[in-house]
Amino acid sequence: MMREWAGWALDTAQVRGATYADVRVVDTRARGLSTKNGKVGTVAESESLGLGVRVIADGAWGFASTDRLTREQIEATAAEAVAIARASARVKKADVVLAPEQQITAVWQTPYEKNPFEVSLDAQMNLLFAVDKELRGVVGVTLAETNMSFTRLEQFFASSEGSEIRQVKMISGAGLAATSFANNEIQKRSYPNSFGGQFAAAGYELIERLQLVEHARRVGEEAVALHKADQCPSGRRTLILDSSQLALQIHESIGHPIELDRVLGMEANFAGMSFLTLDKLGTLRYGADIVNVVADARLEHGPGLGTFGYDDEGVPAQCIDIIKDGRFVGYLSSRETAPAIGLRRSGGTMRAESWNRIPLIRMTNVSLLPGTWTLADLLADTDDAIYCETNRSWSIDDRRYHFQFGTEIAWEIKGGKKTRMLKNPSYSGITTEFWGSCDAICDRSHWTLWGTPNCGKGQPMQTMGTGHGAAPARFRNVLVGVAYAR
Amino acid sequence: MLGEAGCREIAESVLAASPAEETEVFIESGRSALTRFANNVIHQNVAEEGLQVSVRVVTEGRTARATTNKTDKESLQRAAEQALAIARWQPEDPDLLPMLGPQRYTPVARVDAKTTELTPQDRALAIRMVVDRAERSGLTAAGVYSSSHGCQALANSRGLFAYHEETRAEFSLTCMNDGGSGWAKANFVSAGQLAIEELAERACQKALANREPRELPPGRYTVILEPAAVLDLVGFLFYDFAATAVTDQRSCFTGRIGQRIFGENISLWDDVYHPLQTGSAWDGEGVPRQKVTLVERGVVRNLVYGRVAAKKAGREPTGHGMLLPNEYGEAPLNLVFAGGETSLEEMVRTTERGVHVTRLWYIREVDPYEKILTGMTRDGTFLVVDGRIQHAVRNLRFNQSLIEMLNHVVQLGPAVRAAGEESFEMVVPAMKVSDFNFTEVTKY
Repeated sequence: MMREWAGWALDTAQVRGATYADVRVVDTRARGLSTKNGKVGTVAESESLGLGVRVIADGAWGFASTDRLTREQIEATAAEAVAIARASARVKKADVVLAPEQQITAVWQTPYEKNPFEVSLDAQMNLLFAVDKELRGVVGVTLAETNMSFTRLEQFFASSEGSEIRQVKMISGAGLAATSFANNEIQKRSYPNSFGGQFAAAGYELIERLQLVEHARRVGEEAVALHKADQCPSGRRTLILDSSQLALQIHESIGHPIELDRVLGMEANFAGMSFLTLDKLGTLRYGADIVNVVADARLEHGPGLGTFGYDDEGVPAQCIDIIKDGRFVGYLSSRETAPAIGLRRSGGTMRAESWNRIPLIRMTNVSLLPGTWTLADLLADTDDAIYCETNRSWSIDDRRYHFQFGTEIAWEIKGGKKTRMLKNPSYSGITTEFWGSCDAICDRSHWTLWGTPNCGKGQPMQTMGTGHGAAPARFRNVLVGVAYAR
Repeated sequence: MLGEAGCREIAESVLAASPAEETEVFIESGRSALTRFANNVIHQNVAEEGLQVSVRVVTEGRTARATTNKTDKESLQRAAEQALAIARWQPEDPDLLPMLGPQRYTPVARVDAKTTELTPQDRALAIRMVVDRAERSGLTAAGVYSSSHGCQALANSRGLFAYHEETRAEFSLTCMNDGGSGWAKANFVSAGQLAIEELAERACQKALANREPRELPPGRYTVILEPAAVLDLVGFLFYDFAATAVTDQRSCFTGRIGQRIFGENISLWDDVYHPLQTGSAWDGEGVPRQKVTLVERGVVRNLVYGRVAAKKAGREPTGHGMLLPNEYGEAPLNLVFAGGETSLEEMVRTTERGVHVTRLWYIREVDPYEKILTGMTRDGTFLVVDGRIQHAVRNLRFNQSLIEMLNHVVQLGPAVRAAGEESFEMVVPAMKVSDFNFTEVTKY
């Protein structure tokens, strides 16, 4: 039916005068499970099916969507999209022009080993309760939380240029957290990452590999131990970030500023703009020579939340150099924005949350390529540093230039060894100065492709998953501890 | 949009088909449209129609939820059966309460007929006017104009039926020149309340004043926070007032109920019936919403309670529960702060040295118990000296305890319906605050 529905919409849009149209029919199934202190928190299944039509008419954009999938309603929705585009044309300077793209007929699917929707709820809940029991077995843990979620998204894309692409994406994720309240202080530890854990384009095999039960007790003990840890000092220090915190650092201080719609002012009122103005392409030194960053949506990069076969404009997944040997060389682009920087083709980064949203430029897997160090060698090579692990807070200005991050825990490195635990660590800086201070990156054996499931952008707000590969890395002369300095 | 009759029809269909002991249906339906503009042109323009039917069932002391947007009989029945199948996998929940019977709700009028009729052409015309105004001052405009008309219904097998319908309209505008920017935003039930020309004038004037910003050294400053800046800070408190959050010991009010932790000039309550508020008169459990005094002259007086939290505390539920099952319990969604009588102009006039802040950006919680927040100023930050705005300053980062800040409020403006980006809309005043902690400065 998806192909037939899309055909009705495309036909109507073109009859009404659209010079370009594309349609996405999206069928989503999701499951969310959580526990809190030995009890079920959330247990829910959901499904959503609908269709969105995006058109250019009179040289301007229009979009309409519906979940009433009768022929009459689909045709009315396509006609509405054209009417909206004509209204857009009342406030335009020039016609929208799209970079050319090849006509594609394709089928693509996320590879996975175990369909999470075919694993019994009993097994899934039992795993979460086993984790919960371990967490609550630690004296001093006052709040034990676990979660697990799965999404299967089937999408049919068709365009007036003749492309027809069917994709099925599977996303799985899980995590745990221990919170400890004592002495008028709340401390928290999470695994494998904060804010929900690890997420990937994968099946239930991801959950099994996370070994949640095995890590739970340590996480609980660290949450309690933080109360007795020393406060992270403030001042200029050498900083080592674990791979999950570095992944978020990449997301905020590289991933967002390279979005070309943001650079061109299209997000100026809401998410802001970017310090990476067009004159900086190819000229700006973004980081040290060892800093190499790519935006890679291809399967060979790994099962990231930014991994797909084709973007939501029908452009094939690509690997784009973003920072090469420390120099800024590439943006994330779309068919509309690519010509603005002289590109002949979109970088293939347009994605929409669901059938009722337009595609926007979104990070794919924006990853820092591995370096050459083992973590043991990197620590041994460091005389005096703060080693930070697992994000707790994050904030960056509206041009993505000045940032501040807090992490759940840190350790002081002295004489090449991990020594005392530190609580309430934070660090801050200017994006290019920070990346310029990077002098060591760990190798592929320490590299993890992290999933960030909750990246918000656009109006109406869209939540999208992005991927960020990173290995622990060292940064010199970073301002540490300002958040708590009085 | 379904409307009340459509919601009843679907609810009855689900309730009739459900094989569970108890069944609850929550329905959301609506149309929304949104036009975005940037670089003085409309670049995104969307419309959406959709609905969701969410079914919760109870069987043998267990509950679970399944949601669909398909409304044929088979799909609705499948949703009920799916919820039942999920529920059966769970351990028994000793805290689970029987569903509520029929309730009486205070009527709230939240629909504006003209807003339901707003067309893409109407939005384009308004944006044309705003862009023309910006261009007359050599400015570039970016923003959004949106409207929506939606309804919600909650029904259950014990005879409860609750229905709510609401329109909303929003206009937000950023005007920019080479050096700086200005911003204004409004969100109301009626598009007619937006006062778009006034917003445009305010954003343009702010952008013109915000040119050539100079760097101000970080440190403790007296700040004049416009209502949007206040909103996006105090919005971080809302979940701390949940009884469940206090029980879980993750609220900053844990161990502080009944204590004076804010200044005596701080009072706030949750009141869905306030004339500047929006939202339904019932909560996710079907309980009628009550007005609750949360803070009185700086003392934390009350929390809000869902049904389970209320039973555990030996109190009555306050009508702030979320849809079940959930791990968060409840939250106040209609915060109203007591205001004062000092205008923004008077706050500036009486300031020897301070910083005037239009709005804040990317605020995040650094410390959950001391409620330290970090974030940046944005779109209009100015140095005030001897009662006058001297010049624009580069955006500053703050690390500020909200508890400390609400002890340092020296002047309050009238409470207004404020719209920001970090929090949902609330009724808050502008505030003049002493010793606000700016820790770093950015490059623009």
